[in-house]
Amino acid sequence: MTVLSVRNLQVAFGAVAPLSGVSFDVAKGETLGIVGESGSGKSLTAMAVMGLLPLAGGRITAGSITFDGQELTTLTEKAYRRLRGGRIGLITQNPMTSLDPLQCIGPQVDAVAVLHLGMTAREARARTVEILGTLRIPDPATICDRYPHQMSGGMKQRIVIAMALAADPDVLVADEPTTALDVTVQAQIIRLLDDLVKSRDLALILITHDMSVVAQTCDRVVVMYAGRAVEQGPVGDIFDAPQHPYTQALIGCIPRGLDDGARLTGIAGTVPTVLNYPPGCPFHPRCDRAEEVCASIVPELEPNATGAVACHLPGVAP
Amino acid sequence: MTSMTGTAARMMSGFGNTSLGRAFGSILGKVAGGFLVLLLLTAIFAPWITPFDYAAQNLMNGNQPPGWPHLLGTDQFGRDVLSRVIYGARTSLSVSATAIAISITVGMTLGAAAGYFGGLFERCVMTVVDLTWSFPDILIALIFVAIIGPGLTSTTFAIAIAYLAQFTRLTRAQIVRLKRETFIEATINLGAKPHHILLRHLLPNAIAPVIVVGMLAIGDGIVLEATLGFFGLGAQPPTPSWGAMMSSGTAQLFLSPWVIIFPGVVVAVTVIMVNLFGDELIRALDIRDRIRGA
Repeated sequence: MTVLSVRNLQVAFGAVAPLSGVSFDVAKGETLGIVGESGSGKSLTAMAVMGLLPLAGGRITAGSITFDGQELTTLTEKAYRRLRGGRIGLITQNPMTSLDPLQCIGPQVDAVAVLHLGMTAREARARTVEILGTLRIPDPATICDRYPHQMSGGMKQRIVIAMALAADPDVLVADEPTTALDVTVQAQIIRLLDDLVKSRDLALILITHDMSVVAQTCDRVVVMYAGRAVEQGPVGDIFDAPQHPYTQALIGCIPRGLDDGARLTGIAGTVPTVLNYPPGCPFHPRCDRAEEVCASIVPELEPNATGAVACHLPGVAP
Repeated sequence: MTSMTGTAARMMSGFGNTSLGRAFGSILGKVAGGFLVLLLLTAIFAPWITPFDYAAQNLMNGNQPPGWPHLLGTDQFGRDVLSRVIYGARTSLSVSATAIAISITVGMTLGAAAGYFGGLFERCVMTVVDLTWSFPDILIALIFVAIIGPGLTSTTFAIAIAYLAQFTRLTRAQIVRLKRETFIEATINLGAKPHHILLRHLLPNAIAPVIVVGMLAIGDGIVLEATLGFFGLGAQPPTPSWGAMMSSGTAQLFLSPWVIIFPGVVVAVTVIMVNLFGDELIRALDIRDRIRGA
């Protein structure tokens, strides 16, 4: 059952339009991956869903975001505040700085349940301890009286996840939840999120630039490039038979084991910045398949057998 | 017995771990802090430790040099200088501390609101505040006393207004910086209401530099109070104030210099000690950059 759906979302900051057409759906118990290079608009999409664009000076110019049948783009700030942390949780990019340095862990997590579930301080604390326990934090009751500086990065990330879960949300948006962590801790956190999706029937939007994380956890994938969704589909199809040359290039960049003599590959050129998006298909200057039409006409996202792709010349790589 | 000493030791180490405790940690901190505590106690217990009535005149005994029984001599009216200096501490400390307390309360409120809400409100507040900031403290205070008339109450408010800009600017700078921190964004993401963010997260994180600047401002406030007193705009006779005492001493500067020297020395030493202790507080709170940034 689709719980959150984004249709043709466009975002502008003044005259600049960093997001120009993103669409996806996410259902309960499903993990949707949003991948793309830095600057492709992944985090901006998350901000838009959380209704945080006004804070950064941006606004939604077109498209819609519906959550549980409710249109979010026209929601008042006050109503949005009830959703944020309540029914839509966000796990931020940097756990190191996402906690108030002057408050103990306990009260910070408690506040969410007190605010959204109307619990008393005592009930909220019991709930906090329980949630910390399910996140495999050892000795959760003691942890509540610790300050953020006394904890490791992986622990802090779990606390941040606990805060996002405290009000039992339906949708969880995780914006690069593992980028700031050690590789070993990354795997733990990803596994944890995966378990949560299954056990709590959550809809998880996982924003990442790490294709291997996507392959391990996601059910469906949206590939973003220069503020557009260029391809989407089930994770198996995206990895086995990518249609868009950009997706193919991204997958080509994943280091593969210990192949003798194999060199790491990259994508030539750089992501265009918001100020100089090329005309036509935004990927054409870096695309080896590009033809004349690519430089002039923006390809629309066309549905195919299992997903959709925005390319004039789609197809599995030769 | 052992448990009691154990508790005492824990309490001591508890205090030693607080910022105030750490400020007392160095020799400089002990000397400056000790002096200020002593001065405070002297001011509080003034009625019990002054050897003479500060207002009792004895014209036959005027302009006595320091000696026995008037340890610091007497002024032209035969009043005991020591007793007046001790009572003067009451006036100076209470006026300065009250003024700074008012200044911090109003300044933090204005600064926090301006920094948090921004927009036209911020621009209006900061324009007015910067306007007062562009004048010397003493001028602001003088203008204010000139408007509402001399006296201790107007001196207090004059000092409060003179330092208002400092606290408003400092708080606003802190709030604007903190507002961009990830944990504030994270709190917004959890659906927190503005007053929760402001009171529970922003202000507690902004308060450390305000405490230190407040400490240093008390020293400046003492000087300002003495200055206004010197001009005859502060405490009115016979209320003793260090500034007013120096002012009345100028007439007999060569005849009985002790009347002006002792209050002057006390003002100077007090202000130096306040500043030294303020520096120790900055060190203890580890906020040197944030003070300079404002």
